[in-house]
Amino acid sequence: MLTAILIMALGAVILGAALGYASIKFKVEGNPLVEKIEAILPQTQCGQCGFPGCKPYAEAIAGGEEINRCPPGGQEGVRKLADLLGREVKPLDAEEKPKQLAIIDEQTCIGCTLCIQACPVDAIVGAAKQMHTVVSSLCTGCELCVKPCPVECIRMEVIEESIDNWKWKYPVIELKRVA
Amino acid sequence: MFQLFKFKGGVKPETNKAVSVTAPIAIAPLPAQLIVPLHQSIGGMPRPLVKAGERVLKGQRIGDPDKWISAAVHAPTSGTVVSVEERIASHPSGLPTLSVVLEPDGRDEWMERAPLDYASLEPERVRERLRDFGVVGLGGAVFPSHAKLVAAKAVPMEELVINGAECEPFMTCDDMLMRERAEEIVRGVGIFRDLLAPKRVLIGIEDNKPEALAAMRAAVQIVGENFEVVAVPTRYPAGGAKQLIRVLTGKEVPASTRSPEMGVQCFNVATAYTAWRAIAHGEPVLSRIVTLTGNVEQPRNWEVLLGTPLRDLIALGQPKADTTGYVMGGPMMGFEMPSLEAPIVKATNCIIAASPTLFPPPAPEMPCIRCGACAQACPHELQPFELYWFARARNFGKTQEYNIFDCIECGCCSYVCPSHIPLVQYFRFAKSEIWAREREKNQADAAKARFEFRNEREEREKAEKAERLAKAAAAKAAAAKPASEGVSAQSVAVTDNTAATLDPEAIKKATIAAAMERAKRQRESVQPKNTEGLTAAQSEEIAEIEARRTPLQKPTDQGEENSAPAIEK
Repeated sequence: MLTAILIMALGAVILGAALGYASIKFKVEGNPLVEKIEAILPQTQCGQCGFPGCKPYAEAIAGGEEINRCPPGGQEGVRKLADLLGREVKPLDAEEKPKQLAIIDEQTCIGCTLCIQACPVDAIVGAAKQMHTVVSSLCTGCELCVKPCPVECIRMEVIEESIDNWKWKYPVIELKRVA
Repeated sequence: MFQLFKFKGGVKPETNKAVSVTAPIAIAPLPAQLIVPLHQSIGGMPRPLVKAGERVLKGQRIGDPDKWISAAVHAPTSGTVVSVEERIASHPSGLPTLSVVLEPDGRDEWMERAPLDYASLEPERVRERLRDFGVVGLGGAVFPSHAKLVAAKAVPMEELVINGAECEPFMTCDDMLMRERAEEIVRGVGIFRDLLAPKRVLIGIEDNKPEALAAMRAAVQIVGENFEVVAVPTRYPAGGAKQLIRVLTGKEVPASTRSPEMGVQCFNVATAYTAWRAIAHGEPVLSRIVTLTGNVEQPRNWEVLLGTPLRDLIALGQPKADTTGYVMGGPMMGFEMPSLEAPIVKATNCIIAASPTLFPPPAPEMPCIRCGACAQACPHELQPFELYWFARARNFGKTQEYNIFDCIECGCCSYVCPSHIPLVQYFRFAKSEIWAREREKNQADAAKARFEFRNEREEREKAEKAERLAKAAAAKAAAAKPASEGVSAQSVAVTDNTAATLDPEAIKKATIAAAMERAKRQRESVQPKNTEGLTAAQSEEIAEIEARRTPLQKPTDQGEENSAPAIEK
């Protein structure tokens, strides 16, 4: 009887020690789910979801926040998040917009640097009292630079279809009821 | 006897080649206007080198290759550049692309041409020459040839395969080129052989082209080379690079592996021809042989200047009245030209006038019955019916698991499908969606990296600023101490306290004053930097402008001050 108890107690101690060691040695930094969610988010860092960036929103989703708050991700983003999290697909909480690009009217720009400070991805170049311009290949179209501009010289333009981003269309012609 | 191998799958469509080989290649007349797109090959978009109004000579470079995988573009004839602008491209999308619009002057005046003695040059220089003379794969893929002329480091080059198979129905441009200009092709192959140093050179030609086979054999003898000219069985797509390599060497190039890693490389006969013209005659790629066939009165092959609008070319063949459109490429892989204004480019090997009798409208698409005919026809041993299923459901991850990127879009599966499903359309759709997602993902990753870097930088700057301020405060406190020495300990503590409370204000004021002082000094020391080394006329002009400006500046300042209240009134 006593031997059995001792053996069990010893086993518990050894296993407990092993588990304790493993939890220190193989500690996972951060929530792995947050990383997976963040990989789906479009990284525009636009804050349209109400959170200051994609990572905070990913953390919030992991904590139970709605998955339909990201307009740049679109309905497809919502679908991917629903797939990942096993939640229900919901309609997007905002209007879905085509991909955009910020353009500075360089004639009007006064060189105030406010947009440079607002840009989350450092896609605007310029210096105080020097003309600014958007590096179009880096712009995520987040619109954060539009508001701070005191002379309203920044506009958003929809990225037009070109040969480089043209896609073959879905070959199924959907049938629609006429009249 | 040469041992041939077989590739799996393939189809035997009606070839329809006989009509366009009755007449020899003719030189197409000079059109009234040439529209030369700058992006005519895979890889970087060439930068335009000319401006509107500039006169160019035939063969003058008008587009500079961008990076290594890219090829130069040249003026096909002498004349004046009308504009460099977006013009409709020979592309299924019908979207515009940057093109040089050229008005020929009719004189066809060449630039200076110099042959290159390539035997005495480093291979690298020869490759540069091919790039700068716009030599690209003329089989239709237009991959820059110089980039393919590099042997793999670890694998010795065993076979060089020259592709004269021309398996697409209707197409006869390579056939005619081999019949009429075989010797130059063989000499061009010689250049490729010297650059790659393979053990054997195999020229594969489908056995439905006996004249081309004979001409090439004769040319090999005349030039005195040991190339083997091999007749391969006629079966579509024997002219696919991987299929021809398989048939001639028995080597199967695995997915996402380049053929040099298997010790093989493959070039089209027309590419070899242009390479020879570029090296031995100093002529860049300015024209190509185009088969004009289908629903036309006079099908034949034309040597057409690149940039010739489709309208000018088809007029030569006299299309019949019931022609509905024009297909660029063959009936299996081609696409309908978006407009008659779209130009002939390096990839245009064939133009087929389409009519309802020639290409009847597709039968209605029926459901897939999973008969597996497509899988038997697929030369890449894929499972098109599975790919179709996933592409249709937009399940792109699965399509990649089923190796959609090994699909060469040859069209065999659509050809055999008893349900008339346009399978290739689905695969093209899936591929371009996957590419678009890939691009988006890369952009998102880059944006994330930049965002994180920015946050890090802001944190660092904040910390640095705090440190600087702390240091300044400490220095000030240290400076204040000697002054207050000799006073009792208690009063020191008091002054320290007051210093601490006063500090932020005082520091702020001091820094502002210092900054203003600095700015003032800077303003005084600044001199315009772009006024050195000017000509007398320019400095005179500047002085004149200054003289005009000084009286104007003062009144406007006052004027503004005066006008403000005036508005209020």
